[in-house]
Amino acid sequence: MSRLDFDIAHLLAGMLVLISFLELYQDRLYSLLNIYALHALTLAASVAWQAFVQDAPHLYVTAAIALTFKAIVIPVALHRIIVRLGIHREIEQVVSVGVTMLAGIGLVALSMVVMLRVTHSADPLAREDLAFALSVVLLGLLMMVTRRNAVSQVVGFMSLENGLVLAATGAKGMPLVVEISVAFSILIAFIVIGIFLFRIRERFDTVDVQALERYRGEQR
Amino acid sequence: MTFDAVTGVLLFPAVAAALLAMMPGYRATARLNVAATTLTFACALSLFFRRPQPGSYLLVDDLNATFIVLTTFVGFTTSIFSASYIGHELEIGRLTPPFVRFYHAMYQLLMFAMNLALVANNIGLMWVAIELATLTTVLMVGIYRTHEALEAAWKYFILGSVGIALALFGTILVYMAARPVVGEGLEAMVWTILVTRAGAFDPALLDVAFVFLLLGYGTKVGLAPLHAWLPDAHAEGPTPISAVLSGLLLNVALYALLRFKMILAANASAIAPGPLMVTLGLISLVFAAFMLYRRRDIKRMFAYSSIEHMGIITFAFGMGGPLANFAGLLHMTMHSLTKSAIFFAVGHIAQAKGTQRIADMGGLTETHPLLGWGLILGVAAIAGLPPLGIFMSEFLVVSSTFARAPLLAMILVFGLLVGLAGLFLRLNSIAFGEPRGPAGKSTASYAPMFAHLGIVLAAGIYLPPALVTWFQNIAGLLG
Repeated sequence: MSRLDFDIAHLLAGMLVLISFLELYQDRLYSLLNIYALHALTLAASVAWQAFVQDAPHLYVTAAIALTFKAIVIPVALHRIIVRLGIHREIEQVVSVGVTMLAGIGLVALSMVVMLRVTHSADPLAREDLAFALSVVLLGLLMMVTRRNAVSQVVGFMSLENGLVLAATGAKGMPLVVEISVAFSILIAFIVIGIFLFRIRERFDTVDVQALERYRGEQR
Repeated sequence: MTFDAVTGVLLFPAVAAALLAMMPGYRATARLNVAATTLTFACALSLFFRRPQPGSYLLVDDLNATFIVLTTFVGFTTSIFSASYIGHELEIGRLTPPFVRFYHAMYQLLMFAMNLALVANNIGLMWVAIELATLTTVLMVGIYRTHEALEAAWKYFILGSVGIALALFGTILVYMAARPVVGEGLEAMVWTILVTRAGAFDPALLDVAFVFLLLGYGTKVGLAPLHAWLPDAHAEGPTPISAVLSGLLLNVALYALLRFKMILAANASAIAPGPLMVTLGLISLVFAAFMLYRRRDIKRMFAYSSIEHMGIITFAFGMGGPLANFAGLLHMTMHSLTKSAIFFAVGHIAQAKGTQRIADMGGLTETHPLLGWGLILGVAAIAGLPPLGIFMSEFLVVSSTFARAPLLAMILVFGLLVGLAGLFLRLNSIAFGEPRGPAGKSTASYAPMFAHLGIVLAAGIYLPPALVTWFQNIAGLLG
């Protein structure tokens, strides 16, 4: 593999991590969705680059799914849902932005330490990719726990999933990547439809166990 | 492709799901549902006698044949229970016909997904199947569309999705570990190839992979502290789904973990997966045992009891060795049968009483003697009283642990006793005393419940030697 191939792959994967950080401090739903669309777009570029470098044409399918479904369809649908349901546009955060960002930096450092240490034998491209992918996954998780709003949790989950697709495409020659990305897209579509059909609103849109206490069947 | 039993196990539920999605009318669909599960069960039984060669996607060996037979059997009895349960829900208008049609299609789809996860020889395919199973159960948990049901479904959805996402990361790492040894492509995800060549894999990568897999699939097993979705999902969905969730889906997730544990065990320099599983198992057991005390909702109480028992099973498999594995397998089988029987009873009780609140139930043995005594028998079994089957498997777990790690056995016994007391405290007020609350008539189908309890009782008194050798054989496989 030439030096340039590696650098571009590295650049795109690194951009995904940075965009995850951008998502972390958005305090308005619309801008969060826009940033997410950018996240998906970068993923599509990264997957397409991997398809080119690895000479694996089936990965172009995954890239196309990322481009059309994640970067266009889902953000537009969520945008409409926000308008239709009249959800507040401000996002409540459980912890302050500064603390979240510090935690995010900590998580990225953690994933670098863990992944680079255990992947001596893997080739450098896959190695860096995995470390970045784990960072994106952990940042997505962090976003899910620091937000109380259903839509921003879904965005957190989707960026987590982008991290997984990055990892799967970075693992050279991995079979079933396309199938897995389709399976994930179905899952996400269900979540989005779920939000819409079930009218999940502010009042029960959290995985914060303490806030759920009121709605548990026991205390009816 | 020629027709064999594995195809049948997958094909019958899939075709039935498609048919049921199109068929109107309640009676015919309920019958078709039962017929499909019967056929699937028959196919599963034939796996004991003839099984196809493992391919790069599907595999049947002694381990998963046991799981498949258990899954299809409980699926079969639950479909009989479900017919009378859903009939009643239709009568009182809690469900409308379109939802029932949807429910039946999803039920078969869930059976398909679980069977696929069990026969998969490819770790990617297994992951996709478990994801499908999660999706179908999420949809069924939210089917009543009450505020609580949607809340439960949403929570299950989010936590379940995060769980399977982590499991996928673990799966990718396993592939990365296998690739330098096995080579690129499909072969590096085939379990039978992975397990024979795991010795040469990079141990550090396998370690990290297993941590992700344990957290990911562990969420689906319902291990504390990853269990938060489980009580809500059990309490708010239709009771047949609670029975299938507790009795089967948790097992399927555990089965996935066991497969990966076998890969790790084949690599001498990777971490031993046992201690991690032992720790999570014990935490779940003790935590859930204490949580049994302050439950006010009857289904929620038995959901915590499921966490407790999954803890025991994970603990037993974590200890490893022929005896503990044997005990774990037996316990898993007994728990599936008993817990689904309890949910059958609870479902009819909740329908007769019109509520799930424990405070509104009382004196069941007087008002509904068959249901009341069925519940008592079920709780006695699940709490581990002799001579029922769970007593024997728990006794085996405890005695095999005492020989190797007395300190852990103390914690185990402590948790078991706390759980036993908690269950009986509640049972007392439900089953005996003055009849309380409304006492509607019950149109129950008692056969599935008593069939399960009968098997559990029989297994407690006498285990056929053929079954014992069968389980010993698998316990040896698990290592």
